[in-house]
Amino acid sequence: MVRAMQSDNPQDRERIARAFVAALPFARALNLSLESIGEGSAALSMPWSDRLVGDPATGVIHGGAVFALLDTCAGTAVLSHPSRPRSTATLDLRIDYMRAAVPGRRIVARAECFHMARSVAFVRATAEDGESRPLATAAGTFAVEAARRGVPE
Amino acid sequence: MRVPPEPVQVVKGRRDAALARLVETVPFVTFLGMGFERRGDELTAILPFRDELIGNPVLPALHGGATAAFLETAAIVALAWSQMWDAMEAGALPAEGRLALPKTITFSVDYLRTGLPRDAYARARVARSGRRFASVHVEAWQDIRTKPFAQATGHFLMPSAA
Repeated sequence: MVRAMQSDNPQDRERIARAFVAALPFARALNLSLESIGEGSAALSMPWSDRLVGDPATGVIHGGAVFALLDTCAGTAVLSHPSRPRSTATLDLRIDYMRAAVPGRRIVARAECFHMARSVAFVRATAEDGESRPLATAAGTFAVEAARRGVPE
Repeated sequence: MRVPPEPVQVVKGRRDAALARLVETVPFVTFLGMGFERRGDELTAILPFRDELIGNPVLPALHGGATAAFLETAAIVALAWSQMWDAMEAGALPAEGRLALPKTITFSVDYLRTGLPRDAYARARVARSGRRFASVHVEAWQDIRTKPFAQATGHFLMPSAA
């Protein structure tokens, strides 16, 4: 994952984040789209698709697809952090699946980069499908390349 | 009197049919474009490279989510495969209709190196398989077997306990 969102204008940031998600071929394959972007936080959604089903008997989306959604969302949150990292890559990500996703429902992931060290970002995320309880939570660390000071882009 | 061993083609045919049945149960395997190779009971999951799997178009590198999805699928198939082994060797093919798969409880992925725009391979090891829970370790590599680019540990709820 690469490319920073080095703009302080919220509209610019949203436009850049949207383009960033759209530029990732695997995110496109999963039909991910940006819901919102903040200062170190992001929300991404993934529509239900029969191609993503893990168990045809139930129509439940495969855990791997939910993982990819949460990973992309977490990476987007890192890039939106006020320290404006230039790029990021997942170091590790752990997902707890609390329950099956409701078949046919769109899944929305929300991620928050709650701590940014010099070279590592710490992120939490949840995935929801409209029920009161989230279907999965995630926690991970991301390697970041800090913004270069005084170097014009 | 000794019962003659089953002809090798019969044994292989039954194993391959059972594996194919297991793999085609999961539409997500097709979405990722994954395949499996079998040597005896050992499975190697294969993820042929496609542009769709890219997460970083600049490098380019595999998407971490694609890697995780590959690892998780490899782990589930390996676990389900080990569960069906004894019945299969006794001559039974998995029944038509619903094939109950283990459910992921937690899945934790370590990204060790950049995933290159090449084919990826994974092998899973069932570390513990109990009545209710199972723990699986899975490792993925590309060109060099001893240099994995990602590894993961998952805990699964067994279908009979679900």
